Amino acid sequence: MMERSRRSFLKTLGISTLGIGALSSVDLLAKVGLGEPGYTTDPKTLTGKRWAIVVEVSKLDEETTQKAIAACNLAHNVPEYADPEEEIKWIWTDKYEHAFPGQEYDYIAEEIEEKPFLLLCNHCSNPPCVRVCPTKATWQRGDGIVMMDQHRCIGCRYCMAGCPFGARSFNWKDPKTTYWKEQEPPNPRYPVRSKGVVEKCNLCAERLAVGQIPACVEAVQDTKAILFGDLENPESEVREILQSHFAIRRKAELGTSPNVYYIV
Amino acid sequence: MYNKGKIITGLVIFVVLFASPFLYGLVKSGPPPEPELTPKAKEAKQCVEAKEFMVESHMQMLNDWRDQAIREGNRVYAARDGREYTVSLQNTCMDCHSNKSKFCDQCHNYAGVSPYCWECHIEPKEN
Repeated sequence: MMERSRRSFLKTLGISTLGIGALSSVDLLAKVGLGEPGYTTDPKTLTGKRWAIVVEVSKLDEETTQKAIAACNLAHNVPEYADPEEEIKWIWTDKYEHAFPGQEYDYIAEEIEEKPFLLLCNHCSNPPCVRVCPTKATWQRGDGIVMMDQHRCIGCRYCMAGCPFGARSFNWKDPKTTYWKEQEPPNPRYPVRSKGVVEKCNLCAERLAVGQIPACVEAVQDTKAILFGDLENPESEVREILQSHFAIRRKAELGTSPNVYYIV
Repeated sequence: MYNKGKIITGLVIFVVLFASPFLYGLVKSGPPPEPELTPKAKEAKQCVEAKEFMVESHMQMLNDWRDQAIREGNRVYAARDGREYTVSLQNTCMDCHSNKSKFCDQCHNYAGVSPYCWECHIEPKEN
């Protein structure tokens, strides 16, 4: 066989490599030309880096509070079971001493002591529920929302044990064949849940995706009692109000870094 | 060959017995049902993708839709022909295919599959 010079060998090698590279890009181009399907977001989508809720407690009377809760239950087809053992909570109320244990004291203003505090998932920056979920059915989105994928939930309830705020509820019964049998789910555009999955507030991810603010915030918008915004955006309403007011968070000492603030 | 008759008869009986559940199934189930289109679906002429693709891969596509919408937050689907759709079984698919029993259930029952979509998703009211 003819002796090949190193030079010609390298040349052949180089050209072959180029050729192979070009072939794969032709393949790629062909795919693009065929129009591969793609997924995008609605341009109206509200985007943020760290969504937060600020509740101005003084502006929330009983009626406004109930209005916010009703709006959420309606938007997400949340069943209102009478039995507290079966209750499903996305947004609910509790007394100060239960919401802020350790921060209660004797002779606290009666108004605060008796007031029903509006509670919801804190969408913690360091969410323990996400850490303990064995199937990644719950996870934290880039915008801070602690999201739930009911398709993947196996109902182990580790997240419920992990959450120090009681923000998660378990479906002991099938809502569709029990609760929603007697009445229609109020929102035909949103699913219900099945037996054996955990559910909680999703900060209205489905509404943010079409440019709407969360249902509870919208329901009491005229009172400005609940504010929603991006904490990473210095111009946002929530940042402004936190600049000018002192706020507390639920069980902040646990280090979950809750993103729901209360101005008391 | 010894006992030729017995062996062959035995074999024939075995084959018939073995195949009987399959044959019974074939006879009993009859031809596969055709999914029925609503007037709205007929008018649209085309689904999100071509009919053949939908018949073959709707289950895969619904899984992709689920993951994209919930996990990635991508709720707009740009089809191969460039048209855009909201990624939603309950609001997009069932808007046209509002006849779940004739469009979904017939075939699923025939094929013996029971997808769990409707444990949570709300199907449109059928008259």
